[in-house]
Amino acid sequence: MAATNLGVGAPPRAAGGVGSVFRRRRRGRRPKEPYNKREALAGYLFILPWLIGFGLFTVISMTYSFGLSFTDYDLSTDVITPVGTENYRLLVDDPKVLTSLGNTFVYAVLAVPLELALALVLALLLQGARRGAGFFRVVYYLPKMTPAVATASVFLLLLNGNTGAINWFLGLFGIQGPQWLVDPAWVKPSIVIMGLWGVAGSMVILLAALQNVPRELYEAASTDGASKWSQFWRLTLPLISPTLFFLVIVNTIASLQIFDQAYLLFYRDGNSNAPDAALFFGVYLYQAAFQQFNFGLAAAMAWLLFVIILAITAVQIKLGDKLVYYEGGDRR
Amino acid sequence: MTAGIRTVPDRPEATSARPRRGDGPPGSPGVWRRRIGQGVRWVLMIGFALMFLYPFAWLAAASLKPRGDVFDNRLIPTTIVWENYVQVWQELPLVHWVLNSIIIALLAATLVTLSSSMIAFGFAYFRFPGRNFWFRLLLASMMLPGAVTLIPNYLIWKYLGFLGTNTPLWGATLFGSAFYIFLMRQFYLSLPRDLFEAARVDGCSYFGLFRRIAFPLALPSALIVFLFEFQASWQNFTGPLIYLNFGDVEDFTVPLGIAYAMTKYSPTAGGHGDYQYVMVASLLVTLPLLIIFAFAQKYFIEGIASTGLKG
Repeated sequence: MAATNLGVGAPPRAAGGVGSVFRRRRRGRRPKEPYNKREALAGYLFILPWLIGFGLFTVISMTYSFGLSFTDYDLSTDVITPVGTENYRLLVDDPKVLTSLGNTFVYAVLAVPLELALALVLALLLQGARRGAGFFRVVYYLPKMTPAVATASVFLLLLNGNTGAINWFLGLFGIQGPQWLVDPAWVKPSIVIMGLWGVAGSMVILLAALQNVPRELYEAASTDGASKWSQFWRLTLPLISPTLFFLVIVNTIASLQIFDQAYLLFYRDGNSNAPDAALFFGVYLYQAAFQQFNFGLAAAMAWLLFVIILAITAVQIKLGDKLVYYEGGDRR
Repeated sequence: MTAGIRTVPDRPEATSARPRRGDGPPGSPGVWRRRIGQGVRWVLMIGFALMFLYPFAWLAAASLKPRGDVFDNRLIPTTIVWENYVQVWQELPLVHWVLNSIIIALLAATLVTLSSSMIAFGFAYFRFPGRNFWFRLLLASMMLPGAVTLIPNYLIWKYLGFLGTNTPLWGATLFGSAFYIFLMRQFYLSLPRDLFEAARVDGCSYFGLFRRIAFPLALPSALIVFLFEFQASWQNFTGPLIYLNFGDVEDFTVPLGIAYAMTKYSPTAGGHGDYQYVMVASLLVTLPLLIIFAFAQKYFIEGIASTGLKG
C-alpha cells in the first residue's frame, strides 16, 4: 500500500502550482495552511446532495416537528392551532403512554440480551467448526433475507395456541404450550422468538470480531494451562467486548422502535381488540398520527421517543466505558 | 460450495494447524475428548440449522395445501394443490404489487448507490474547511432513530406535494444515506492518493477523478450498497404502510399487499381463512431475496461484518 492514503487526518495541502509538489512531502501539521479554493469548492459540490438532504430531512423536518408539537394540527382540514404545552401534558396524563413505554422497555430488556446470547453461541459454534462453517453461516443468515411481513404471516400461524407448530412441537415433550398471541404474558416472548429467528446480523458481526482475536493469545493461554472455559471468560469476552457493546447499543435503539412485527401480528386489522400487552410506543405513535390524524400529538410523541432513546444510549455509553476493554488503553 | 464461503479466507488452514488442548497420540483420552467436543458442536449446529430452516419448509408446504389443511403442520401436504399458485394471481393484484416493488427497489438502490458513492468521494478525497465537522455530523445522524424522523419526514413530503405517489419511498435516496456514505468512504480511503494526483497532472477534472478512477475501483463496495438498499427497500413495510395505505390497492408493494391479504382472508374480518394464498404471496416475496442471496451472499456478509466492526 502506498505511503500517502486519503487520510482524514492528513493536513490540508498548500495551493496548487509547482510549489505544492514539493510541499506535499512535508508531513508536519502546519497551522492555517490555506485550502486550495477550487478543490474546496469541488469538495462541497460533491457533498452538496447530502447537505441538502440533511438540511431537509433532518434539520428542517425535526425543527418543524418540534414546532408542531406545540400545536394542534388536523391533517384533514390542514388547520394548525397553537396549544402551548398541551400535547406534552396529554402525554403525561395518558395512562396508555406509560403502558406502551413499559411494554417497549420490557421487550427491549428481553430481546437485546437473548439475541446477543444466541448470536454469540452461534458465532462461537461457527468459529470452532473445522468445516462446514460457511454452509451453516448461510443457513443461519437466510431468515435475515425474509421480509418482516412474510416472517409475521408464518409466525402468526406457527405461534397459534391451538394448531400452531410450536405448541405441537412442545406437545411432543408433554409440554402444554401457552396461547402465545392471546395471553398477555406471552405476547412479548412471541415477538422475541420472531426476532431470534433473524439473529444472524449480530452473529456475522460477532463472528468477524472473534476472528480478529489473535491466535497467539489462545496458544499462550493453552500453554499456561488455562481451560477453554477460562479462555472464553478471560480472553475472548474482553477482546470482543467493544463489538458486544456496539451491538448492545444498536440493538437497544432498534428494539425501542419496534413496530413492524407488533403491527403485523396485532394491529393490521385496524380493530382495537389487541391485548394491551402488545401496545408498543411505536404502535401508539402510529395510531396517533395515522388513525387519529393528530399530528401535533404525534410530533410530541416522536420527540419524547427521541429524548428517551438519547438518554438510554448516553447511560449505556457511560456504563460501557467502565466495562469495555479497549486494546492499548483508553483509546476512545 | 465450501470453497467459496470459507469463514476465514485469509488463513484457511489456521484452525487445523492450531495446537489444541488435548492433542496427543491417537487413542489417547485427549483425542476422544476433542472428538466428542466436535460431535456436540455438529449436533448443535445441525439442530440450529433445522430450527432456522423449519419456517421456510413450513411456508413452502402450507402454500401448496388446500384451505382446510394449512394448519395441519405437515411438511409434506396430504393433498398438493398447485392451483394455489395460479389462483393467487386472480385473487390478489399481485402483478401490480410485484411491479411496484421492483420499480421502487431498483430506483432506490440505483440512486442511493450513485449519490452515496459521489458524496463519499467528496469526504474522502477533497480537503475543504468544515470537512471533519460535516463528517462527524453525518456519523451522528446515523444514530438518529428512524421512528423519530418518520412523522417529520411525512410532513415534509406532504409539504412538497408528493403524498399519494410512491416518490417518498425512494426520493430521499437522491441525497445519499449516511451508512452507505460511511461504507464507501472507508473504501476510498484505502486508495493511494498518488493515483489521483497523477490523473490531475494529466488534466483530469475533479469529476473525472470520480467517474473514471474512484467509482470503477469501488464497484465491489458499490455492489454491497446496491444489494443492501435493494433488500431494505424490498422488505420495507412501514414506508408503504404510511405513504401508500390510503391509496389504491393496486399501488401497494408486495409487503403491504400481503398485510392487506392477511386481513382480507381473516375470518374476523369476514374472510374465509384462505391463508394458503397469503402463504403463496409470502413465499413469492421471499424467494427473490433468497435467490439474490444465494449468488451474492459473500457481499452481504462482508458488508455487514466490516461496517459493523468499524461502526
